[in-house]
Amino acid sequence: MKLAINGTTQGFEGDPRTSLLDFLRRDCGLTGTKKGCDHGQCGACTVLVNGQRINSCLTLAVMHEDDEITTIEGLGTPQDMHPLQAAFVDHDGYQCGYCTPGQICSAKAMLDEAQAGWPSAVTGDLTAEAELTPEEIRERMSGNLCRCGAYSNIVDAITQVKEDAR
Amino acid sequence: MSKSITLDQPDERNLLDRMAQGTIGKPRNRLEGPDKVSGVATYAAEFPASNAANGVLVTATISKGEVVSIDEGSVMDMPGVLAVISDQRMIARPAQGGAGEAPVQQVRQVDYWGQPVAVVVAESFEQARDAARRLKITYNADDAGELVLNPEDAKVWEEAPDTETVQQGALPQAMAEAAHAIDATYTTEGHNSAPMEPHAALAEWDGTKLTVHASLQMLNYNIDELADSLGLDAENVHLLSPYVGGGFGSKLGISPDVAAASVAAMQLGRPVRVVLSRQQVFHSVIRRTETTQRLRLAADSDGRLQGFGHEAKVTNLPEEEFAEPVTQASAFLYPGQDRVLKVEMARIHRMTAGSVRAPGEAVGMQALEAAMDELAEKSGIGPVELRLRNIPERHPSDDIPYSSRRLAECLKAGAEAFGWDDDDRRPAQRREGEWWIGTGMATAARIHNIAKAEASVTLMEDGTAVVATDMTDIGTGTYTVLGQIAGEMLGLDPADVLVRLGDSNLATGPGSGGSWGASSSGSAVQIACEAIREELCDMLGCKDEDLTLKDGFAIHSNRRQSLPELLNGRNIEKLGKLEPGDTEDDFSQASYGAFFTEVAVNAHTGETRVRRMSGAFGIGRVLNEKTAKSQCMGGMVWCIGSALTESMMFDRRDGHLVNHDLAEYHVPVNRDVPHLNVIMVEERDPAASPLQAKGVGELGICGGAGAICNAIYNACGVRLRSFPMTPDKLIAELPDI
Amino acid sequence: MRPFDYQRPDGLDHASLLDRDGATLIAGGTNLLDLMKLQVETPETLVDINRIGLDKIEPTGEGGIRIGALVSNSTCAADPRIRADWPLLSRAILAGASGQLRNKATTGGNLCQRTRCYYFMNIDMPCNKREPGTGCSALNGRNRIHAVLGANENCIATYPGDMAVAMYALDATVEIAGPDKASRSVRVRDFHRLPGERPELDNVLEAGEVITGVTLPAPVGGTQLYRKVRERSSYAFALVSIAAALRMEEGAISRASLAFGSMAHKPWHDLRIDAALTGAKPSDALFDHVADLLLEDAEGYGENDFKIPLARRTVKAVLREATGAST
Repeated sequence: MKLAINGTTQGFEGDPRTSLLDFLRRDCGLTGTKKGCDHGQCGACTVLVNGQRINSCLTLAVMHEDDEITTIEGLGTPQDMHPLQAAFVDHDGYQCGYCTPGQICSAKAMLDEAQAGWPSAVTGDLTAEAELTPEEIRERMSGNLCRCGAYSNIVDAITQVKEDAR
Repeated sequence: MSKSITLDQPDERNLLDRMAQGTIGKPRNRLEGPDKVSGVATYAAEFPASNAANGVLVTATISKGEVVSIDEGSVMDMPGVLAVISDQRMIARPAQGGAGEAPVQQVRQVDYWGQPVAVVVAESFEQARDAARRLKITYNADDAGELVLNPEDAKVWEEAPDTETVQQGALPQAMAEAAHAIDATYTTEGHNSAPMEPHAALAEWDGTKLTVHASLQMLNYNIDELADSLGLDAENVHLLSPYVGGGFGSKLGISPDVAAASVAAMQLGRPVRVVLSRQQVFHSVIRRTETTQRLRLAADSDGRLQGFGHEAKVTNLPEEEFAEPVTQASAFLYPGQDRVLKVEMARIHRMTAGSVRAPGEAVGMQALEAAMDELAEKSGIGPVELRLRNIPERHPSDDIPYSSRRLAECLKAGAEAFGWDDDDRRPAQRREGEWWIGTGMATAARIHNIAKAEASVTLMEDGTAVVATDMTDIGTGTYTVLGQIAGEMLGLDPADVLVRLGDSNLATGPGSGGSWGASSSGSAVQIACEAIREELCDMLGCKDEDLTLKDGFAIHSNRRQSLPELLNGRNIEKLGKLEPGDTEDDFSQASYGAFFTEVAVNAHTGETRVRRMSGAFGIGRVLNEKTAKSQCMGGMVWCIGSALTESMMFDRRDGHLVNHDLAEYHVPVNRDVPHLNVIMVEERDPAASPLQAKGVGELGICGGAGAICNAIYNACGVRLRSFPMTPDKLIAELPDI
Repeated sequence: MRPFDYQRPDGLDHASLLDRDGATLIAGGTNLLDLMKLQVETPETLVDINRIGLDKIEPTGEGGIRIGALVSNSTCAADPRIRADWPLLSRAILAGASGQLRNKATTGGNLCQRTRCYYFMNIDMPCNKREPGTGCSALNGRNRIHAVLGANENCIATYPGDMAVAMYALDATVEIAGPDKASRSVRVRDFHRLPGERPELDNVLEAGEVITGVTLPAPVGGTQLYRKVRERSSYAFALVSIAAALRMEEGAISRASLAFGSMAHKPWHDLRIDAALTGAKPSDALFDHVADLLLEDAEGYGENDFKIPLARRTVKAVLREATGAST
């Protein structure tokens, strides 16, 4: 079976037990996607599947035939960073860097979700258009743990990208 | 070739402020930032190794006893399984920070539930994980009923090995005579470092030499710990940790994965990777001990402390020397001639207790600062004013002066930035719907140390520089601040300084621990740069004070020459060495600060949310405003966790850690954390380090949970003395609704 | 994780056919793979049903709405019709897990979510739910998150989810397809079980049965609240949660339906509570009466004793908010 990773077609023939995360890290050499807990409890492994953010540790590679996967490596490079990547650098939205690719992939999809009008647990009126306030960003980014405690800067970085996009 | 400084006297030269480049202290982006945000930065488990096998640890399911047999046959027939190893060179516990020797190694003698007993190696991770889970082990378990598994069951309490007991004057009498006295006992639960990167090692053995990519904080000690464990010469062990995905103490010493991967690689003759599962990170590495702390404060009618007592009880496994130094800041922070400071330890069969971010102050300061709030209320003196009145002239026991200490400025700057009202401290005055709103504050204090450090700096013929040391960057900003120090000293943009870290073949640094990393390794870099400047002066025939290095040019006597031109094809390589000296004993050295916070407590459910938090910190010279503030913010987030959510829950029947994952051990999430306002109060501390910088990495966690405790009281009138302050504890005290 | 045979049918019939002993369906997988890694779940055959359809949200003839079993939690919560007419369901879903997990978790899978009991999830510990007859480790162990209603010495685990709690309050119906194309409907309030003598059974699904969808009856309007109490403000399971759908007319409660999460082996619904509220004027006495009804048989097991006063306080808070009484 085949799947597309960052626009490149990849084959998968391996052990069906292989998580999408381990497939990316080991078989594809895309180690930017991190394993923090392997149980969907930290968000470090966040990737985009057909544009939606998921925990790649809690899905099997074999389940993703023909899916389009985007990892942090597909968003930008050190020489040509995605605006979110650049904003994380400018706002020091990380420290050790281990949760960072997951944070950024998550933020990318989160901005798209907000754009599509998806509500969150802190949205007041479910039928009105939600404004992406810092409180909204905090709730929507709470699936990505950062033990270094860079949250305040992460929210600043995402806020800046949101405002620049206006 | 080398230049050495032993800090026997305060280094008053203040070299960095004399330089012209103007990069030091600036809020520069991290040099390695683009690599981290792009997923290019490579962590231990991620290094490519063709033919690497995968090992998964098997951990004990008894509290104490011995492994009678391991039925290798139960898994050796499974596809891909290569070996079941339970070898005496493996380690049963992590090495304590700074051990420099093997930890307890008898993996077949079980001392705690979760102790590594074997490693199963297979071709793939999936195969190894399954086989490790299915490996049949027979134990001869001691009767759990006979074991001491819980602190409350401990009968024997010994004086903690490394914490000095202070018995000065007559505290009971001071308490009896005090105009205002507080005698209160606080408890804190165990904490887990929970770095986002699980401990991981990839070991390769060429028959003589062992190379291990690992996630470690202090290679300078880790080399000896691993060599000693394996029976190898340290020269034959090569450790690499260029990126470390958080440590917070749990990676100070070698962890079980490092030894297991090494032993397996040596046995199989091929690279072996061992990564701890998240559950193993929780139950097989390090815990911060739970504590019980009695605080006694005896103040005169002006609130000035005459008597001061801080006695703590902590636990650890048998044979471990580490005991959480709970009273560490209490030794110097507040006055009181009648003094008792004591830490006692009991031996219990739970996982190893060790250093978790700011061992000592992290839990000691939160209890102390909660007690200070009780004293403020009792004496009717504002919390900030009370603290301002209790800044001692000299160390209350050792009668030595303080080095820099801008505590009063931090208290004032923090109060002003926060909009603190020190006068009206009546509790339960503000209500917004279901929520009680209140404010609280606390002092921050954390001892400052430096450690022996070496760093090599090479000024390259092309006018760039290379800094090299085995020092690590665990998220602290080492790459960047070392680049800024070299850039400042040599007149270079830090982008033109290549900083190489985390390779044990490089100059021996201090390691990342105890907040000493930047000031120690940074001083070594500064010293190496001094030596380079001396050589440049020799070449130019000028004195150092007449030499200006800026933007890649050497300027003196109205001559301006580019470095490549001056160097003319040469590189200048120098080794800088820093040795701690007499200033350690001649001055009481610490970083200080103050926390201010506003919380909301739900009057119905007892849920607490932190709405605002500010901190003002004095850390000597700020090397990089951006990364220093981030360190403080991170600490403040830990305060929120320590105050409200974090608690290791052990089963009292067998000592096993029940909540051994990130779903049930609650580190704060983004929504738990408001915008954090950090103020750096600039100072210079010549006694602290040649950089005149002090530690920053841990200060932000030292006291802030106390501020939250005090804010909860101010909000709803419930004074909790038990951390974390969870809804169950609050609703037990809140009035019915 | 043990090895398994992976199969991916492209239609429901095929999936049902495959559903045999040792076979387990995987949809979102966010709970199943978690448990498979821990070897709490050890299926011999994994049947991936993600490509069999069942992913639509469609109106029913009776003014209700049918949510396909494979509709993701995110899609369901964001659906404009659900948000407008059954906001309680959106609220409950959004209170759970994280954005990433909600994108994978499905309607049917979430109903089948297993407990978060520490001992259930640790195969080195005895557990009647995982291994019947071995005993309940939680009973005398760490049971802070455990049940205070409907439990017994066999099992004090809770159903941990949020979505289902709202569905209980909204009186949803679970549609189930069986082998041989037989299908049946079960009121969601009857879908989950109490532990009784068979704590290993979470719900009434029989071997070979597949959830195909959930139907919500016509909108009930009024105020709809989902209150989730937890230490961490997000990405945490509830200590106690309450779903409330309540309508006021002329100062009295004209319709009320409450359900409670993380209190029992199933989301808790008590008809007596809805009846006591309906037609009554809001008052603290009424709310106390409701709390009494809820908790008259509540029993704590030590560490979770606090859930009883917490539930009392929370239900009163929710009722005050829902009726506009002062807080």
